[in-house]
Amino acid sequence: MKLSFSPEDEQFREEVASWLAENLRGEFEPIRFRGGPGDEHSFVEERKAWEQKLAEGGWTCIGWPKQYGGRGASIEQQVIFNEEYARAGGPGRIGHIGETLTGPTLIAFGSEAQKERYLPGIRAGKEFWCQGYSEPSAGSDLANVKSKARFDEASGKWILNGQKVWTSLAHESQYCFVIARTDPESKAHKGLGFFLVAMDQPGVTVRPIEQLTGTSEFNEVFFDDAECAADDIVGEPGEGWKVAMGLLGFERGVSTLGQQMLFQNELDEIVRVAKANGAAEDPALRQRIAEAHIGLRIMRFNSMRMLSGGEDGSLQKEAMIYKLYWSSWHRNLGKLAMDVLGAESEIVPEAPYELGRLQSMYLFTRADTIYGGTNQIQRNIIAERALGMPREPRG
Amino acid sequence: MEFRFTDEQVMIRDTAEAFLKEVSTSEAVREAMTTERGYDEALWQQISQEMMWPALHIPEEFGGLGLGFVELAATLEQMGRTLLCAPFLSTVGFGVNALLVAGSQEQKQAYLGQIAEGKTATLAFMAPGSRPDARAVQATCAADGDGFVLNGEYRYVLDGHTADILIVAAREAGSEGENGISLFVLPADTAGVRREWLPTMDQTRKQASVVLQDVKVPADALMGEAGQAWPALTKILDLATVAVAAEQVGVAQESLDSSVAYTMERVQFGRTIASYQAIKHKAADMMLKLEAGRSAAYYAACVADEALAGNPLGEGLAEAASIAKAYCSEAAFFNAGCGIQLHGGVGITSEYDIQLYFKRAKSSETLLGDAAWHRERLARQLLDGDAA
Repeated sequence: MKLSFSPEDEQFREEVASWLAENLRGEFEPIRFRGGPGDEHSFVEERKAWEQKLAEGGWTCIGWPKQYGGRGASIEQQVIFNEEYARAGGPGRIGHIGETLTGPTLIAFGSEAQKERYLPGIRAGKEFWCQGYSEPSAGSDLANVKSKARFDEASGKWILNGQKVWTSLAHESQYCFVIARTDPESKAHKGLGFFLVAMDQPGVTVRPIEQLTGTSEFNEVFFDDAECAADDIVGEPGEGWKVAMGLLGFERGVSTLGQQMLFQNELDEIVRVAKANGAAEDPALRQRIAEAHIGLRIMRFNSMRMLSGGEDGSLQKEAMIYKLYWSSWHRNLGKLAMDVLGAESEIVPEAPYELGRLQSMYLFTRADTIYGGTNQIQRNIIAERALGMPREPRG
Repeated sequence: MEFRFTDEQVMIRDTAEAFLKEVSTSEAVREAMTTERGYDEALWQQISQEMMWPALHIPEEFGGLGLGFVELAATLEQMGRTLLCAPFLSTVGFGVNALLVAGSQEQKQAYLGQIAEGKTATLAFMAPGSRPDARAVQATCAADGDGFVLNGEYRYVLDGHTADILIVAAREAGSEGENGISLFVLPADTAGVRREWLPTMDQTRKQASVVLQDVKVPADALMGEAGQAWPALTKILDLATVAVAAEQVGVAQESLDSSVAYTMERVQFGRTIASYQAIKHKAADMMLKLEAGRSAAYYAACVADEALAGNPLGEGLAEAASIAKAYCSEAAFFNAGCGIQLHGGVGITSEYDIQLYFKRAKSSETLLGDAAWHRERLARQLLDGDAA
């Protein structure tokens, strides 16, 4: 075990930090520390411009292979980039779904034509993606997808019908990747297809969902005879589940350390408030603040283990606990923030409902333990896959 | 950055696992724990002569293997997992670390070699009823001719009744807090040393009281400078704390494993109870605590390595030790406590081993500061601007 980074990696860190210091300023100053989870609706145009700025500097898609416009950056370098990005106050990445999900999926499963068509737009920070997985009846039971895709021989196109829900950034994205049933008689994970769908067409309607924060990060997306070219299916009809699951594998890992920098930022704010209003002298709150600090440090150690790879390359236990761990920690942090603020926690800075940063965080953390696999589903996964306990019956 | 075991470390871990599975069985633990000595002398000789574990992180120049704290932690974890009854934590976690941190070249030469060959050691610093901070040091030392004379009573001394070598903390009469504290190393059979076994609730870990009555020691028994030992003692206790945390990971692991195994066999309402979500979710929570605790303990072990080597990353030792001890204490206790619940009725019988893990979890939680104690230590650093 070795905790320190190599001199080359430290030099890379310098390079990232100095580029950010030179570029994340001026017109981009207002978007520093903005646009993260719970704040996705803020400064969208500025953040889109920022994506292009990043792309010009060669800082989008750094983990992609060089042949697709990436830097082929090592895991360590990706970690460093994410750390420095968050440390500098880099805004929430509108391009992250394309960069971390669509791109790796196409690189792994896509045709050459699909790669040529879609990767450059993602790399350039000009084409943004959203994810069309969940449906009203396909939440935790993701395979229960009802949306249908029918190949129309006459037009030579796929025709999509159905509804997606909880789609982040749908109204800001040009494309959506969608799983839909190619075999209408099929059930569960069989008979699905993985489609690349343009959002700007008559058959696609986006409707925002207003959340408890009063803001709308999530949307409903309706497909009414939406069209998709014959070669915009990734893999074969019926292989959608395989492609989608492969993609979940890409989601793991390198961005987690950047997320932790945002958490650190929130915890620092709580500590500042506690010192200012006397909460820091309350023994019970001191315990909870220290507990939050411990929890966050260990989150980092977990990530370091996760990123260092397993001893034998098998599915790692620390990766399986990751979602349950951070979501529970963050939910507790939200409550701690309100308890540290005390009476002031109730007062909203601006009418009608412009929440303060910690208030917004507090409310939005209640989503953390639900999206991306609820805590209950996570516990099933841990018990079944890591501990080998009997599987839940499936209908 | 490479936060995982090297091949060699995996080998050391696997060797420890295999050996302890063989020698630290439930029967062996139960036999050793009901003796006053608390361990099997022949097994200890095997551990020191064949496995050479006490020599693990002793530098080669003093007769050791010259390995690091991570190797030590990997071994301690397996000891916790099998509740090994042996004076290892006292000898290595406290004794060797004390000598490495505070010992002079001559003291290291004299004592580390003995330990590598099978002698045992321990650290005595806590007065009766004290908590593990500077106020715990109440025994006194005074200059006496060329040497010193020591007086006082210590309690909670791990294996204090059997250790061959004692390292004791004492303070100048009238001094307070972190000032005036000195460390001494002396043979346990020095005249005036009275030692008494204290029966413990966790029978797998022995404690003793040590009384010093006009104990005369030569000048070369002093470790470091007279009256200046608090920073060294803090470092020693932090290193020992990391060692305890590594053991706790093993306790948490076995509590989970034995409980899951039990629920996979126990049938009620026509199905194994492991098939109920109420049981599965409890087990999942236990695994989360275990793996997070493991990350904390391994990280702290890495920092301990850096601290012993005097590297800059070692400056984080106090923080890393408190993080590991706060989390692993609760993880081990949570897992052992839930383990009893998952075992149902048999969990509270003496026949099943889960009760032994429950007792060990509590004794190691109390040892060197419980979770709340370490959180407050971190809180001071975070909120009051104090160094930990």
